[in-house]
Amino acid sequence: MAKEDIELIKNGKRLDGRKFDELREIKIEVGVLSRAMGSAYIEWGKNKVIAAVYGPRELHPKYLRDPRRAHLRCIYNLAPFSVEDRKRPGPDRRSVEISKVSSDALSSVVMLEKYPNTVIDIFIEILQADAGTRCAGLNAASVALADAGIPMRDIVSSCAAGKVNGEIVLDLMKEEDNLGECDLPVAIIPRKKEVVLLQMDGKLTREEFKKAYELAVDGAMRVYKMQKEALISSVNDVIIGE
Amino acid sequence: MEIEACLRKDYITNLVREGKRLDGRRFDEYRNIEIEKNYVGEKACGSALVRLGETKVLVGVSLNVGEPYPDAPEEGVMTVSAELRPMASPSFEAGPPGEEAIEVARVVDRGIRESGAIEMEKLFIEEGKVWIVFVDIHVLDQEGNMIDASGIASIAALLNTRMPRYEDDQIIRGEWSGKLPISCVPVPCTSVKIDDSILIDPSLDEEYAMDARLTVVTTDTINAMQKGGQGALKEDEILSAIDLSFDKGNEIRKLIQGP
Repeated sequence: MAKEDIELIKNGKRLDGRKFDELREIKIEVGVLSRAMGSAYIEWGKNKVIAAVYGPRELHPKYLRDPRRAHLRCIYNLAPFSVEDRKRPGPDRRSVEISKVSSDALSSVVMLEKYPNTVIDIFIEILQADAGTRCAGLNAASVALADAGIPMRDIVSSCAAGKVNGEIVLDLMKEEDNLGECDLPVAIIPRKKEVVLLQMDGKLTREEFKKAYELAVDGAMRVYKMQKEALISSVNDVIIGE
Repeated sequence: MEIEACLRKDYITNLVREGKRLDGRRFDEYRNIEIEKNYVGEKACGSALVRLGETKVLVGVSLNVGEPYPDAPEEGVMTVSAELRPMASPSFEAGPPGEEAIEVARVVDRGIRESGAIEMEKLFIEEGKVWIVFVDIHVLDQEGNMIDASGIASIAALLNTRMPRYEDDQIIRGEWSGKLPISCVPVPCTSVKIDDSILIDPSLDEEYAMDARLTVVTTDTINAMQKGGQGALKEDEILSAIDLSFDKGNEIRKLIQGP
């Protein structure tokens, strides 16, 4: 069956009943692990993701040490049971690429210059995957960094948009990602609305790109609010003693 | 640490501030591109060597018969791999592909796959048997912008790839039956941001000096994008990189297709 034949949109609604510019349900929890310096859990639709931060700490091997700044190392890992067809454990090409672009994105906000010669490790563990895991992972990672008390210029907020049955829509779920025409994950620094991660595959004209891009940025701004709320309530919990 | 590159970073940035580049190019100007098709034409099914300034990338294409993916049982399979050979740069090491090589391969892969350049449905042989197209990128000399050089070399190699003869369930090596069916020519164009300016086709020094990088692969639409680097990009910078990529992509496409 050709991709275009599958009806992902019926009567202006998507498979799960969402409108074109509607996010899936998102829940963020701060400080979910006990050993890590900072951690966060995010539930985003059917995605379930934990992020943890260790460091700044000693960097091995030594030759990677940078006397000007800390080295930020983000590892994205898909658990074998996170997808229907078991994923072979260990890094594959996709996770290596996502780790790299996520490291770059987070490096733009963390004040690495404060901790020369060290490493800040961020681990993103995808426990259940349903499209949009790199965005969910980055959002959790930013919250975990804040939870660890690592100085940052801003947080990173991320969301994807895409094209499904010819329509530009926000936050693709698995079926839409698999059968849709395009996926465009974007991560921004919300205060400046500047882009620190952008990937795209599929088919988009320049005009469609602009529309999808603006939708994704808008989605990321909404996620930003939730990240802030989660962080504030985690601090309140400590103060109130809950 | 790449001390030299760090020192040159300020110099490059100051030049850009004055509207200049170290090698005298305009901001929207590529280095000289030479494409030599069939560079290793005796054994491989297809190949091309691309010189982008001093950057040299050789791509070889091999075809084999294998099983299709279960979700596309009547289509061929393509895989793109990249090797940054240690001869290409003092910072490359022997061994399995690192994150840089994987990124190059995956961006090139996405451009070719999403544009539908290879007519996969024509690579069906019989139930459970399809052609598998291996695109192997060999970076031989890294003087900047490996992604564009690799992408140009890959599609140039695919355009002159021959199909091996296949008879009685066997590939007859050295005999050919037609060409690999290609429907369009996706071209990656990479821009970098240095001091709030957008420059296309970064040299190695410019890559060290850049804040961020954006690759846009185009045909008549955008087919793939990849942002790189630790800096941030504004919306208008992204849009101007897209416009530049469409323009330059058209010029390079003519070069790839040849006279």
